[in-house]
Amino acid sequence: MAIKTEPFVLNLGPVHPSTHGVFRMRTTLDGEVVVDMEPVFGYLHRGIEKLAEERTYTGVIPLTDRLDYLASMSNNLAYVLAVEKLAGITVPERAEYLRVIMAELQRIASHLIAVGAFLNDCGAFMTPILYMIREREKVLDLFDMVCGQRLTYNYMRVGGVSHDIPDEFLPALDKFVRRMPGFIDEYDRLLKENEIVLVRAKGVGILPKELAINISAGGPVLRASGVKWDIRKADPYSVYDRFEFDIPTGTVGDCYDRYRVRIEEMRQSLRIINQAMEQLPAGAVRSEVPHLIRPPVGEAYAHIEAPKGELGFYLVSDNSIAPYRCSIRAPSLINLTALRDMVKGWKVADAIITFGSIDICMGEVDR
Amino acid sequence: MTVALSGKEIADKLEEQFPGSIVESSQDSLVVDSEFLLKVATSLKDTPDLDFNYLVAITAVDYYDYFEVVYRLTSLEHNHSLVVKTRCYERVNPVLPSVVSLWRGAELQEREIYDLMGISFEEHPNLKRLFLWQGFKGHPLRKDYL
Repeated sequence: MAIKTEPFVLNLGPVHPSTHGVFRMRTTLDGEVVVDMEPVFGYLHRGIEKLAEERTYTGVIPLTDRLDYLASMSNNLAYVLAVEKLAGITVPERAEYLRVIMAELQRIASHLIAVGAFLNDCGAFMTPILYMIREREKVLDLFDMVCGQRLTYNYMRVGGVSHDIPDEFLPALDKFVRRMPGFIDEYDRLLKENEIVLVRAKGVGILPKELAINISAGGPVLRASGVKWDIRKADPYSVYDRFEFDIPTGTVGDCYDRYRVRIEEMRQSLRIINQAMEQLPAGAVRSEVPHLIRPPVGEAYAHIEAPKGELGFYLVSDNSIAPYRCSIRAPSLINLTALRDMVKGWKVADAIITFGSIDICMGEVDR
Repeated sequence: MTVALSGKEIADKLEEQFPGSIVESSQDSLVVDSEFLLKVATSLKDTPDLDFNYLVAITAVDYYDYFEVVYRLTSLEHNHSLVVKTRCYERVNPVLPSVVSLWRGAELQEREIYDLMGISFEEHPNLKRLFLWQGFKGHPLRKDYL
């Protein structure tokens, strides 16, 4: 006599270590195989876009820290670029270079967590991520030096940055940049040809090129699928057109490619920081900007290549001291559009690493 | 550098192709009549020398008199971009066509707009609130929401 079976609904999350925050995957299972999956959002929704409409243009900067809280510097940068475009404010050269240095350090810090958490999901519990956190700590120390904060920096300002760097910053940065390639090699030695990583990640959770473009994926997720698209090259902002660097891409768009792209991007970020340190000019770090900024009536969209993809701010001004509308293009949310397609037919454990390999931050997904 | 295509030039071509489809146009953007939105979007995506295969973002703004929905398009092949807008004058039950059939990237963003701005998208595969819970009253990003 055949045993009667039926699909089983299992909620992964909202509070579950592998969902990297408060995210819920409502999975329908046939045994251990995922037959359907519905992402459920909103557990961290704070209404940041609405809150921004009640604050001055400068007052919104701390809110942006709380979007992708693993990459606050990048969020700051995207937002101030949008305000500067809207109000026609110029930025001193030195501030531009400092912004690039901070944004690239932030990319390294964010990718370290992405890779570490991904390996955690693979089952290499806590050991690899501690190697990554050890180096991320050095980046946080550098940020601590420039702004006194380790997570929510609130460092960039409209028209520049809040402080010039202290004297001890550049020697410490130089030391970090010289030592970091060795650490990346160490990660490679431990993990690149590690059989468990290969078996778990190769060919799993494939996002084909056409689908990646169609769902507006961005950042490492898009590049791992073989699309050579990086805003720093395609539409350079700040002073990115002065640096030489490559855009690492994957070939098949599986979890392993996404992981490799992030490792290679860290090397490229170090190249950019090296060049920025060499070219760093002297001078002011902030232009003269009134306390209450009143941009003319109009709208502006500025975007950057944040660690997780294209982060954009669309601001509409009605010539008052607060944005009329502040809309955020959040890469973490949009990258999840195809999650269902990527995990369908795979086992629960594969679904978890596929989700981990996309690298999202719930602060930015739910806003 | 991503080249921002002139909204005026594209609008002239579209007006020829679909008479009555363009409400207004400027250097930065063009405003399409919502009746023609899907036709215009399909044409923008499928015309080879435009080839807008990448929908960067969709967002909505409440201007009291009307809602404006902004579509930001980019072509990864040609590295050029265009901003297409459409307006919705209805406040009680605003409806626009969904573009998910062209760009699936719109799926979650249209749900977000439905949730926070209260604009429904026809033929969306799964139109329900994204962040707030089912049964929540009102749409917080509207300017008259307190």
